Amino acid sequence: MESKLFNLSLTLKVIVGISIMLWTFIALFPLLWVLIMSIKLPVDSFAANPLNVIIGPNTLKQVGGLSFINLMFLCLSIYIYFKFFKSRENYFLKINNLTNNKLISFLLLILIFIALFLALFLFLNTHIANFLNNFFEYVPFLKILSKPLIGFTTKHFIAVWAENEFYKQFLNTAFVTLGVVTISLTVGTLAGYALSRSNTMIAFWLLVAALVFRALPHSVLVTGYLELFIDYGLYGKKIAVIILLVAINQPFTIWMLRSFFMNIPQDLDDAAQIDGCNSFQAFWMIIMPLMWPGVITTGLFSFLLAYNDYLVCALLLDGQSQTMVPAIMQYFNMETTMTDLVESIAAAASITLPLFILVMFFQKQIVSGLTQGSVKG
Amino acid sequence: MNKKTFLIFTMPSFIMMVFFIAIPLFLVFFQSFHFKQDILEIVEREKCDPFGCKTEILKVPVLDEKGNRSKINIWVGWENYKNILKFVDLNSIIQNNGYSWSAIQSIDFYKALRFTLTFTFITLPFVLIFGLCLALCVNNLVNRLKGPVIFITLLPFIITPVIGSLSIKWLFIGDGIITSFLEYILEKDISVFAKAWSIELLVLFYKIWHTTPFAFVIFYAALQTVDKDRIEAAFVDGANRFQRLRYIVIPHIMPLIVFVTLIHLMDAYRVFDEIVGFSAEGFLNSLQWMTYDFLRLDDSGSRYIGRASATSMLTMIGIVIILIPVLRRVFKEQKEKRN
Repeated sequence: MESKLFNLSLTLKVIVGISIMLWTFIALFPLLWVLIMSIKLPVDSFAANPLNVIIGPNTLKQVGGLSFINLMFLCLSIYIYFKFFKSRENYFLKINNLTNNKLISFLLLILIFIALFLALFLFLNTHIANFLNNFFEYVPFLKILSKPLIGFTTKHFIAVWAENEFYKQFLNTAFVTLGVVTISLTVGTLAGYALSRSNTMIAFWLLVAALVFRALPHSVLVTGYLELFIDYGLYGKKIAVIILLVAINQPFTIWMLRSFFMNIPQDLDDAAQIDGCNSFQAFWMIIMPLMWPGVITTGLFSFLLAYNDYLVCALLLDGQSQTMVPAIMQYFNMETTMTDLVESIAAAASITLPLFILVMFFQKQIVSGLTQGSVKG
Repeated sequence: MNKKTFLIFTMPSFIMMVFFIAIPLFLVFFQSFHFKQDILEIVEREKCDPFGCKTEILKVPVLDEKGNRSKINIWVGWENYKNILKFVDLNSIIQNNGYSWSAIQSIDFYKALRFTLTFTFITLPFVLIFGLCLALCVNNLVNRLKGPVIFITLLPFIITPVIGSLSIKWLFIGDGIITSFLEYILEKDISVFAKAWSIELLVLFYKIWHTTPFAFVIFYAALQTVDKDRIEAAFVDGANRFQRLRYIVIPHIMPLIVFVTLIHLMDAYRVFDEIVGFSAEGFLNSLQWMTYDFLRLDDSGSRYIGRASATSMLTMIGIVIILIPVLRRVFKEQKEKRN
């Protein structure tokens, strides 16, 4: 009966299949297309025939492209990376046995992933693949393997990062996001913990106030302080942006952390206090070690808020201190030629790539974070 | 937890929210009745280059003894609000043209209000329905495919809004791939970014594309907690698939539909990044974009803090009105939980 009830009829199966395919196409297409356009010469990026954009005949002719060997290596690297990624928990345990500190082993694991990424994509896919390409060129029958198939150029990326000094904006973004995440979490965990353990009227009103604050348009907060920031020389300083973003993020942070803390039974606190801990010790030594999943999830959302912000950064920062997202819009306003346009596409692709990787790594946490807040709140 | 520890723990967050949210609100309220601006003076300056000399007329801020820019800051009462709401103009427009939409839309504020509200309320049902359909589809998918589909679904939601808008914009610009495709099929020239309605359609589409994943994730998690016995019982009683959805699943996830609605109303009302990403400011205007525009340096190098504050106040009144029904519901639930 179970199977009969929950199995779909053939028509429904077809409908489900088609809708899922349609949705994945719509969801992915704009982003993938940006990636494809960014590695082609402008003539190909905006060709009318989609096949020309994908293969890029002009790029092939003028710059060259990826051969069969390159593509093989690309698939291989992605496969290796995923394999490694799937068994990340095993590696984590192994490192943890060596270092005996969860935070350090977590950071080490991330470092290893970055190193692997660089090794695969900056060494294996470039130098070794090129060497093999050159080698196969002289082998009579295997020559076809090294013939370029798909047009590929990193010209625009190099132009964006080196000539236009996009790395400066990248560093600014890194500074701002790091600041927002650390301060948000420090302030937020304390408040979230207290709110989850208290049933008083103050706690209730604080939560309601936070909910109302969450609804405020961000421009309101900037309006209030812009004048003062300019007068006291904080205009153009990243610290001002960090403070404002932390404040904007605070209502959301405490709601989410509170719901994570509510999952941890209060009996634990009581037990710790009976054993002679004071509140802070109980919080730090008993509860926090259990909270890491919640902290990581909340940190992710704080990161996204800071990384994606346009309004606050555009109003409070300028020139050299600008972060990536507002900077790309200025880039875009300058654009006059097709090459400029493709360069700004490459900049957009560079901003998107870290987010791709983030979702790949933290899919579970993002989903749990989104559902936590709703189910418990 | 006793009161003292509670206060110590919540203090940093409380201070943060008071100083950087509550106080700015008061400042905005206060500023909205003031006119604040740098005093500018007009200076004629001779500028010479190899091709000869020209006199330029520049606006330069006046400096006081300490070298700071001197400012005027005067109480103007409702002047800022009048400047934005333009009741006088509105009145004359109505008297001349009757209640014609297009005429009223010539005033920035009403244009912004119209778009913000359309944007907020038109996208809401689409997000809810698409999110629920997607959740039902993925729920019926083979287990092995669920992970990758959720991964792909999360991407539009996680992407930077400005970049997301840009990536869709690039498909539709003059020689974008979809424009080329449409031109090929319809055999005529298409320029999406020359008309207000087509841009508006794109912006709405972007928002649905961006927020559906959020509704999906929430609904999908909720579907996992639906009581299977009840569905089975309904099946035995002869309820078909649609009836089971209508009478068991939807009531079960109703609180979450309210939650998604609440979050969507808050976020969509803030529409801003989309306008920047699509470079739609020539055609569309949102309340938050108006504030931003007043806060930016204009050509003469000044900012209209007073007007920005007045717009902010009006924007806030709007969001409070929109959220009252939803908030009352949340409030009631919280109160019931406590009792």
